[in-house]
Amino acid sequence: MHNENQSLIFELSKEGRIGYSLPELDVPDFDLADLLPEGFVREEAAELPEVSELDIMRHYTALSRRNHGVDSGFYPLGSCTMKYNPKINENVARLSGFANIHPLQDESTVQGAMELLYNLQSSLVEITGMDEVTLQPAAGAHGEWTALMMIRAFHEANGEGHRNKVIVPDSAHGTNPASATVAGFETITVKSNEDGLVDLEDLRRVVGEDTAALMLTNPNTLGLFEENIIEMADIIHSVGGKVYYDGANLNAVMSKARPGDMGFDCVHLNLHKTFTGPHGGGGPGSGPVGVKADLIPFLPKPVLVKKEDGTFHFDYNRPQSIGRVKPYYGNFGINVRAYTYIRSMGPDGLKAVTENAVLNANYMMRRLEPYFDLPYNRHCKHEFVLSGRRQKKLGVRTLDIAKRLLDFGYHPPTIYFPLNVEEGMMIEPTETESKETLDAFCDAMIQIAKETEENPSIVQEAPHTTVVSRLDETRAARTPVLRYQKA
Amino acid sequence: MKHRYLPMTETDKKEMLETIGIESIDELFSDIPEKVRFKGSLNIPEAKSESALLKELKQLASKNSDTDTNVSFLGAGIYNHYKPIIVDHVISRSEFYTAYTPYQPEISQGELQAIFEFQTMIAELTGMDLANSSMYDGGTSLAEAGMLAAGHTKRKKLLVSNAIHPEYRDVVATYAYGQSIEIVTIPTKDGVTDIEALKTLLDENTAAVMVQYPNFFGQVEDVKTIGDLTHEVKGLFIVSSNPLALGVLTPPGKLGADITVGDAQVFGIPESFGGPYCGYFATTTKLMRKVPGRLVGETVDQNGRRGYVLTLQAREQHIRREKATSNICSNQALLALAASVTMTALGKQGVKEMAKQNIVKTRFAKNAFEAAGFTVPFQGAHFNEIVVKTNRPVSEINNKLLEKGIIGGFDLGSVYPELDNHVLIAVTELRTKEEIESLVAEMGAYNA
Repeated sequence: MHNENQSLIFELSKEGRIGYSLPELDVPDFDLADLLPEGFVREEAAELPEVSELDIMRHYTALSRRNHGVDSGFYPLGSCTMKYNPKINENVARLSGFANIHPLQDESTVQGAMELLYNLQSSLVEITGMDEVTLQPAAGAHGEWTALMMIRAFHEANGEGHRNKVIVPDSAHGTNPASATVAGFETITVKSNEDGLVDLEDLRRVVGEDTAALMLTNPNTLGLFEENIIEMADIIHSVGGKVYYDGANLNAVMSKARPGDMGFDCVHLNLHKTFTGPHGGGGPGSGPVGVKADLIPFLPKPVLVKKEDGTFHFDYNRPQSIGRVKPYYGNFGINVRAYTYIRSMGPDGLKAVTENAVLNANYMMRRLEPYFDLPYNRHCKHEFVLSGRRQKKLGVRTLDIAKRLLDFGYHPPTIYFPLNVEEGMMIEPTETESKETLDAFCDAMIQIAKETEENPSIVQEAPHTTVVSRLDETRAARTPVLRYQKA
Repeated sequence: MKHRYLPMTETDKKEMLETIGIESIDELFSDIPEKVRFKGSLNIPEAKSESALLKELKQLASKNSDTDTNVSFLGAGIYNHYKPIIVDHVISRSEFYTAYTPYQPEISQGELQAIFEFQTMIAELTGMDLANSSMYDGGTSLAEAGMLAAGHTKRKKLLVSNAIHPEYRDVVATYAYGQSIEIVTIPTKDGVTDIEALKTLLDENTAAVMVQYPNFFGQVEDVKTIGDLTHEVKGLFIVSSNPLALGVLTPPGKLGADITVGDAQVFGIPESFGGPYCGYFATTTKLMRKVPGRLVGETVDQNGRRGYVLTLQAREQHIRREKATSNICSNQALLALAASVTMTALGKQGVKEMAKQNIVKTRFAKNAFEAAGFTVPFQGAHFNEIVVKTNRPVSEINNKLLEKGIIGGFDLGSVYPELDNHVLIAVTELRTKEEIESLVAEMGAYNA
């Protein structure tokens, strides 16, 4: 990466330079003061940069070189499924018949797009074992909230509006409790047992007639399959609650176990993870929700249906629907990419994806086990969690290990998550990485473990090779500077 | 099976199984209870080769009438605008699009700086103190603004103008239901928010007033007056705004807005059948610590070099968990990048020029419709949309237009029963004089 001071685009601005090419005005011009009411004509121009087209390309090219993506190198960020983003997906999403259609066009003019969405829904129904899927939620957290709103509507429709508790394991991602709150529920946390799985006794203790739902990721955030899933679903169902599947980790079980067969009533998926999004630097995502039959009436509006004559239609006549969760019909461009991916893989391909993802994770776990603490020593699924407590005793924290990995050209694992592992490092290799890449990363981790014993300062002071060294986050939060201001 | 995305060879697998100490991959799945194990083959289509799949999907795409080969006058929140060619070149750099959230700032300075620049440009256009790194879209951003207002004021009522995008209002209503917040619709008069009616609705339970500027009918609302009235009852004033229009309109920040939201789709983002787009969220310093979503801030590294980090994270769901006021966990980084490139290309001059072209061309269209005998019921100041009354159902007219390669305007009767046989026509800088005249002539021909 480049090691130089990087200007802001505003600092490159020079009065009078332009970077645009607007159409010639071919109608009579007017003075804005004649068209707008007094006080509504902007007086002070917005201070946008004034730069040439080459200035812009050089600027963003320079920025891109200060950024690490999957195409730059290995990115084993646990729980994020940073797999290869196929290039055909990008080409398909940019076809004019997909990219340049307006969401409010007459349905007869967008049947091709609707057919694609319908086929994607059908594939996701099959992959998850649910009865119906909506593609509307924009991201995973949005899908969680959508599904919880449906569960709430279901209970209210049954005269059970008093069910206001959502149960979440202590290892859950922060969005689970946050989504529950936004949907109007209270969260109850259920403990994990010494095997890293939900403690059934504790679950039995917290359920009751006020239970609305249990939210569960399976495999869980430790990368372990909740093998008591049938009992857990029974416990929740026996008190009248619903069981929710957080699909963040679907990459671990495709074609091996389906949420719908495990007893889940609804599920959200992260198409930007399992189905090659891409991640876009933090978004956009797509978070479809699948449901079992009894939740179908509550799906958000509109519902995409296939009519008897074979045409596709957005159905707004859904009196029990929770309403709209997003304008239009979801992140279509991401859904196009996901569909392209599913069609590139087929049933055998998706099965191989899961098998390779799980094989890779177990291989790395066994290679690293002698050098780092492994709090839960059993076969993992697509990811595993190491603890850096052995290194911490030598004065090297997990944060230091993560920063040292940057020097080797890797994106570090997810760190300090899940919260129930001390100095956690959550490693998810994905299926698209070769054995050579996994070995090279493991070698780097082993070297860092040795450095920790022999020369800890090289780890503590890392990174040494990046364009900036560790940044002062306290200062950023204490005296926030959230925008450029002309000196 | 062999696949170009799956690099493991049989030899690799054998060596890896040995290291793990097992005989077969199946053993790794032995913890899945027999009863729930999926044993068959997924009933989805078989894989296709790259060329065959591309051919199939091109055929599917060609079934759609796109706004590239047709001439579009359809807006209603999503517009067919000039997209600088360079946008796609920048967002196609895989260092950007194959990265995730910049959790490791030392290797994510590019994305972080791009977001910091986006925040700055949105703050500039809206006239607000600060903006976040983006939201899913304009509709959910408006809903989040409403939730923030309810939380901040500890009040449970939102007054929502009937001239806000109907789908945005629907989204606000869904979020509000989750939080047990009451929604009251402010009626419109002559295509703008009815200020006299608003006065009767405002009270000490009002968490916020929401208006759209320019509104759904393309009209410029009297934002200043509405803001002043809102503040009299100590409610927050929320403005949903097309950021392109702010190139020439006085920004909400100068007119009393506490929160300004909207969608940056107008800046280089394709219509893409409803998404992904780029919601923005801008506010005052006073509300900074309550902003939903991610924020990027400037700081320095250990050597005093300028750099950027995700900041004020104590607001966010991964720290606050069930105490969080928003569950948003991502942003629309790639679309924010597209919007940034476009705002940069347009720059200080271009954004004004483009916004003005929209107003002037729409005025040309308005005059042409009136000259052809059409009624334009709302005569207030407009941005790039006008409402035109027709004698026949809009859907019928639009079907005829499509035969001529024109995508007609939005059928207002589909969401406003009182505006049956009224069409919302959008005229952007891309529409030529000839195209506008042709639209008016064709509509005139079918309107008899």
